[in-house]
Amino acid sequence: MIIADNVTVSRSGRKLIDSISIDLKPGQFTVVIGPNGAGKSTLMKVLSGEMTPDSGLVSYYGTSVDLCQPANLAKRRAVLPQATQLAFPFTALEIARMGAVAHGALNPNEEARKALSRVGLRGFESRPYPSMSGGEQQRVQFARALAQVPQPVVDGIPRALFLDEPTASLDLGHQISVLETARDFASAGGMVLAILHDLNLAAEFADHLVVLHHGRVVAEGPCHETVSDEMIASVYGIAGAVGRVPASHIPYILPQSRNR
Amino acid sequence: MKALAMPFRRTGEGDRTSRGVLVLFLLVILLVLACLISLHVGPTGVGIGDLWAYATGKGDSLTTQERVILEAVRLPRTALGLLVGAGLAVSGAMMQGLFRNPLADPGIVGVTSGAGLAAVSAIVLGGGVLAPVALALGNQFLPLMAFFGGLLVTWVLYAIATRDGRTSTTALILCGIAIGALAGAFMGLLIVMADDRQLRDITFWSLGSLGGATYGRVLSVLPFIAFVMAIIPFVAKGLDALILGDAAAFHMGIPVQRLKRIVIVAVAAACGSTVAVAGAIGFVGIVVPHLLRLAMGPSHRFLLPGSALGGGALLLIADSVARTVAAPAELPIGVITALFGAPVFLFLLIGKNGIGMRDLP
Repeated sequence: MIIADNVTVSRSGRKLIDSISIDLKPGQFTVVIGPNGAGKSTLMKVLSGEMTPDSGLVSYYGTSVDLCQPANLAKRRAVLPQATQLAFPFTALEIARMGAVAHGALNPNEEARKALSRVGLRGFESRPYPSMSGGEQQRVQFARALAQVPQPVVDGIPRALFLDEPTASLDLGHQISVLETARDFASAGGMVLAILHDLNLAAEFADHLVVLHHGRVVAEGPCHETVSDEMIASVYGIAGAVGRVPASHIPYILPQSRNR
Repeated sequence: MKALAMPFRRTGEGDRTSRGVLVLFLLVILLVLACLISLHVGPTGVGIGDLWAYATGKGDSLTTQERVILEAVRLPRTALGLLVGAGLAVSGAMMQGLFRNPLADPGIVGVTSGAGLAAVSAIVLGGGVLAPVALALGNQFLPLMAFFGGLLVTWVLYAIATRDGRTSTTALILCGIAIGALAGAFMGLLIVMADDRQLRDITFWSLGSLGGATYGRVLSVLPFIAFVMAIIPFVAKGLDALILGDAAAFHMGIPVQRLKRIVIVAVAAACGSTVAVAGAIGFVGIVVPHLLRLAMGPSHRFLLPGSALGGGALLLIADSVARTVAAPAELPIGVITALFGAPVFLFLLIGKNGIGMRDLP
């Protein structure tokens, strides 16, 4: 279990996240939503050990994250960052392989190939990363994260996957397939924390929804208990949008309807 | 066409390990040839057959004069060229990895100027205020001073041009111009203070040359280059990960701050020590890594050792050209490397994949 206990991060006099406590449980897909500047990315940085909070503690199975060596941490969790640009022409395979190397894979090339085919990029191995589209680059990065934690549970200890806007710049089909891969990871006993902007996707995939606003957790729990007209109105300033069909001349697409 | 090729897709698709090994092998051959050329050419030609006989201990075919030239002039010069070329190219490749920017060459961003200024200070002040230090350090005084000069500039550059793990190309190049100008100004002051003998030395540093090669110089630069070569296996994986950004490298288990400190020290060691023994030789650090990335891909596992081999070979060939085209006069080697390197730099800026026209990550 990964636990953040009462963490606060301040930058130039402003609290980016304010006294947040959150647990990532094995087998659970946690989704963080909230408007821009709510502190979502900061919370993820603190949980992944990248940023040390000004107060509060983050622990991985009882060990404070500050005491973990980067190499050990890398075997425990992988992080998918927001869009990454490169000035050097690594191939898709070489990028994914870095994740496999960080994991300590015996055959990194093989692991990298597997990860690429899991994100639907079989046949793209030799493509130079800078020449790929934004969505393809995002999936290569996802493959790198998957190659770093290929098994959701190793020796009884669950691994974690942190995804910072994994669906940005992806088309609808790939948004769903990336989140399905992440859900499979959680179902198999791993921990998943994803930041999403699309509330419909969040509502479909989250086992546990965390709503951030002005650096604080304003609502938390299963989606059907968390998503309400009042919450959406107070956080996003959009009233009367939950569970209502739009005016008849506007077509609408709800991906979660495909499972009915 | 693409569909037809699909069934024959090799299993090594996207993996350039075997290509890297092949290119390294070819570079070893190139380097051996470059060494032979460097030992062979000159006013007194030493035949390749004679060289072989000498190397295998059957030195009878050499005249005494040839033997003296080979041992006192050509051998130290070749050894120095090898070390200097390797140091320049590796410091360039490491710096480009550190700054995540293929334009970051120690010469262009001012590290060479800083190291050169420190070296010139050592020459001019070595007899005066710094005399006790100079005496204590002996042979290592000049390279150590240049190392600290280079270290200071690399550190300042990093502090100025990199924010939140992102390096601004503009800030980097502008910093280079500013540091170069500052170093030039101080250099001017020192030149006013210098005597005739020191002036000749200063001119030599600013043009760059392997002309004054002695075993003493080879020995003074050797420990620095040996140190840089020795750390290559320990930083290659980290530099690869660093290309994806500080955060991503940390996520993949790289101790980012420690890696950067080591690389900054290595860049300064390679660049400073070579400047101290051979002056400011430009463009080797940008041309060699760039060509190698085209040939073997950007992975530092192969790029760094490849740069060492290729840099040594390029500098020896450039030096052989410098010694012969205008014989008996000798061109400054910096002229040759700039003639070859400046167009490559321009191509990097404006070419098909030019990077001067867009913002780098």
